Amino acid sequence: MSPETVEASRGMMGEFAHRLRKNPLAVFGFVVLSILVLVAAFAPLIAPYGYSDQFLEHAFEPPNAKFLLGTDEFGRDILSRLIYGARVSLQVGFVAVGLALSVGGFLGAVAGYYGGFCDNAIMRCMDVLLGIPSTLLAIAIAASLGPGLVNLMISVGIAQIPFYARIVRGAVLSVRGQEFVEAARAMGSGDLRIIFRHIIPNSMAPIIVQTTLDVAYAILSAAGLSFIGLGVQPPFPEWGSMLSGGRQYIFEAPHMTLFPGITIMLTILSLNFLGDGLRDALDPKLRR
Amino acid sequence: MVKYVLKRILYLIPVLAGVALIVFTLLYITPGDPAKMMLGERAGEEALRQFRQENGLDRPFFIQFGNFLLKAVTRGDVGKSYITKRPVTEEIMEAFPQTLKLAGYSMLIALCVGIPFGIISAIKQYSMFDTTVIILAMIGISMPAFWLGLLLILLFSVNLGWLPSSGFESFRAMILPSVTLSTGSIAMLTRMTRSCMLEVVRQDYIRTARTKGQKERVVIVKHALGNALIPVITVSGLQFGYLLGGAMLTETIFSIPGVGRLMVNAIMMRDFPVVQGGVLFVALAFSVVNLLVDLLYGYVDPRIRADYK
Repeated sequence: MSPETVEASRGMMGEFAHRLRKNPLAVFGFVVLSILVLVAAFAPLIAPYGYSDQFLEHAFEPPNAKFLLGTDEFGRDILSRLIYGARVSLQVGFVAVGLALSVGGFLGAVAGYYGGFCDNAIMRCMDVLLGIPSTLLAIAIAASLGPGLVNLMISVGIAQIPFYARIVRGAVLSVRGQEFVEAARAMGSGDLRIIFRHIIPNSMAPIIVQTTLDVAYAILSAAGLSFIGLGVQPPFPEWGSMLSGGRQYIFEAPHMTLFPGITIMLTILSLNFLGDGLRDALDPKLRR
Repeated sequence: MVKYVLKRILYLIPVLAGVALIVFTLLYITPGDPAKMMLGERAGEEALRQFRQENGLDRPFFIQFGNFLLKAVTRGDVGKSYITKRPVTEEIMEAFPQTLKLAGYSMLIALCVGIPFGIISAIKQYSMFDTTVIILAMIGISMPAFWLGLLLILLFSVNLGWLPSSGFESFRAMILPSVTLSTGSIAMLTRMTRSCMLEVVRQDYIRTARTKGQKERVVIVKHALGNALIPVITVSGLQFGYLLGGAMLTETIFSIPGVGRLMVNAIMMRDFPVVQGGVLFVALAFSVVNLLVDLLYGYVDPRIRADYK
């Protein structure tokens, strides 16, 4: 790489970071997410109590000095459970989307690169998956696999595969005919190398945006699945199942549903703000 | 146009067959023996064997799938509930009107709120109003609908006592569930309408209309709106499909006996034929809605019609 290209690429990244920083909502999203990731990583150090510590004499307590966000029906500290729950929810979000991205992305790249029959076969299969609303598909898969963290991630992940196949296929199609791909082929690169080294890195922008937004969607659907009993099993805390557990005590102890809900919303909101901000920052049409 | 309609309908067949294959495979891989589920744990070995033979459960996978598909297409028969022993189709048809009503009201709310807000927001881009709408729409997308439902119950049923928290017969009882279910769609439609409007008003023909000296209102209503709303129609169709499927949690919270709650209960009781029948049914409804939207699309957009002349 010549010195000019290094500078040019730094300039582009700098420009990108600058434009992202100018968007207060995106900055808000980024900050909240960073805090969440740190909280999840250092949960045992931050949480005042363990996630399954029971203080039965303090059950259903509203927020107070000892239990900042109150306690649930077993006298467990809601704040601590939310902090540990961040691990589960973020994990579900990222792993599910990672699964969808790797499988869907691979299928989309192959379909877009080879075209013809291969493209048709793959994309028609994706159309079938798209024929079922994705939340419902996730629920159907989870219902068959049974509850549990891994099954939850698989179900939510599979349901998102077709979206990535579509995006990556589109991205591949748009760069396939460009000169640098021709050049790579002329230099004797194999198909796989061309796809992974040249095409995919050059079509990352829409993929990054979609990934950010989909992590939000994955966390939301996982919470929905947990809410109907298809998610992580107790006593392990998951935001959706905490919400669902609080539902039957909503009249006596509304804080049990209030705080997990706020946490979910704040997480999703941050991801969406960040995703939108990334889209605007990466969109060349908006570049002035 | 006829060719276009036919093509779209024919295209639906392989998709639905594929959906049926997924649904059937999911049922097939689900742990548990259907014969035992139907006859009870204490059924004798002989009775179980006979049941499997009668229902073709001892045949190879693809033969079983073929039979399933044949029965589903010719008789609308997708199996019987493990719990009530009634045909799944019957249970779904009983529950569907409630779901349709809920999704219909929600869609109506979403269209009546989302589109006007999107338009105003786009016309007044970067204004206070616009910023507020953008943030509210984002919150609407980010809020778990089931949580919003619980909050609405807490506020309007428990604290204020204005509206009932369950039931579905009266219009009043449908208000909270419809609002709950529509929030996500309102937000989606607002954002979609806004961004389409913004794109359209930058087009040359809008500038032409303005330079002709036409009033701003005429420019917006006559020239911009029609073109901006075409993609919004597609999104509305998709949203309606999602509403039909997404009604599960809302129906559960508000105790509305629709398809969604039927499925949630079936999941909890491990009554898989009902779960899979429900998925198949919603996918069918989803496809039909999308088909109708595509046809409508062809109707309102002459460019699409022209492709199929």
